[in-house]
Amino acid sequence: MSGNNIPPKKRIKDLTFGEKIYIPEIIKGLSLTLRTMFKPKFTMEYPEEKFIPAGSYRGRPVLVEENNGEERCVACGLCSRVCPALAIEVQAAETEREKERYPEKFEINMLRCIFCGFCEEVCPEEAIVMSKDYELAFSNREDAIYGKDKLLVPVDQLQDRIDFLRKYK
Amino acid sequence: MEAIWNILWSIISFYNFLLIRIVIVLVMMLMTAAYLVYFERKISAWAQNRLGPNRVGWYGLLQSFADVFKLLFKEDIVPDNANKKIHALAPMIALFVAFTTYAVIPIGPGITIAGFDIPMVIADVNIGILYVLALTSVGVYAITFAGWSSGSKYSLLGGIRSSAQMISYEISMGFSIGGVILLSESLRPMAIVESQSGLMWNAFVQPIGFITFLVSAFAETNRLPFDLPEAEPELVGGYHTEYSSMKFAAFFLAEYANMLIASTLIVTLYLGGWQIPYIETLGLSSGLVLALQVAGFFVKVGALLFFFIWVRWSIPRFRYDQLMNLGWKVMFPLSLFNIIWVAVLIMIFNL
Repeated sequence: MSGNNIPPKKRIKDLTFGEKIYIPEIIKGLSLTLRTMFKPKFTMEYPEEKFIPAGSYRGRPVLVEENNGEERCVACGLCSRVCPALAIEVQAAETEREKERYPEKFEINMLRCIFCGFCEEVCPEEAIVMSKDYELAFSNREDAIYGKDKLLVPVDQLQDRIDFLRKYK
Repeated sequence: MEAIWNILWSIISFYNFLLIRIVIVLVMMLMTAAYLVYFERKISAWAQNRLGPNRVGWYGLLQSFADVFKLLFKEDIVPDNANKKIHALAPMIALFVAFTTYAVIPIGPGITIAGFDIPMVIADVNIGILYVLALTSVGVYAITFAGWSSGSKYSLLGGIRSSAQMISYEISMGFSIGGVILLSESLRPMAIVESQSGLMWNAFVQPIGFITFLVSAFAETNRLPFDLPEAEPELVGGYHTEYSSMKFAAFFLAEYANMLIASTLIVTLYLGGWQIPYIETLGLSSGLVLALQVAGFFVKVGALLFFFIWVRWSIPRFRYDQLMNLGWKVMFPLSLFNIIWVAVLIMIFNL
């Protein structure tokens, strides 16, 4: 029995008498839960009280609408190209305005969108951004395809996200 | 008309309004069990910084009724492998035990109204405590039958565990009661309560017996530090894995009714029952004293019920061997020691 002289494993700390009889420890645990019962609750009662996310939140992607009612988008199609879920469809058309191009049709299939934010990242015009809108429920597949009517959001409502992008992008 | 009224009256007033007392106690038990479920969920939520059920009714107060109606309308599924008769019998035994035990627990002292002596207990029997112990032992059958007849290994494991656990803890429970009986010299719950007048509560006279009884009561009701028969993470649902619909509701109800019984039993045996120490020295009218005493009983029971729920959401479950160790190597010797302690007290102080 020569090679068998491994020292017996020591506990890091032996239990004290108070810990061994267990009751003081139970009282400690009970007092902890009792104190927790009177602390403020974290629950947000959703339909009545809504969560307002910070600027870094990636909700549904929207198109920025300028104050004069026109979209910023120039229909370059980069967002559609970069979209990993193939959710965006853009059809470009010409216009008499100084930007010359605009999206005749801009559709995001919200069943496909994965909220990655690549479209926003790739956009050279800051025309598509992720909004704070997270209430996306639809009852059929047709409703899930958002056209320009649903996508255009005034720039004032998106200021938080635009500020965030200018700071961190 | 007069004859019918007389027959009706004789039925109602039979044995000091026995029927009315039974109805009152039964309704009280069902309501308490229903609201215990609600408070269990509320207190668990508070202990976890949540709000708990608050949608059904005012502050969610109708939640348990919604749950019961949901269970009523659900399909009753019986597994193919189950022994159908025993499978149906088990929840009935559980409910039967839960509801009949309460018959001997006194809520307050007797009251005399218009010549009728109305005791505030359904049956003031001489062997009350023996009756309670006998019935709680029958309760083991409910869980064992449920586990055995379901034809599922999880249920069987739950049932076997539970029978072993309940039998082990019944012993320390019985021996803890021994100390109480030594002091009261009676098995009648009324006499036990009366023997704890003033501050002679058994919880103060024999604290060790109180603790062993309390722990055994937790084990007997299968509440959380000892809820091995259910043990969701290991046994899915334990003995009621294969139960659904109202049969499941029966087990659920029986669990909470058992909790109520354990609390009332602890109050009766150790916390002076309905008695409020030195209330007779205040010089209040007898009616007010009676009302206060009944209220005191309910306050004590309520506090204990809260304690049951509070412990459930604080203390983790024991491992099975730890449970058996605690039962046989700690609780059993302690309850024996308690009997000696009480005997010595009686010898010295002539209690």
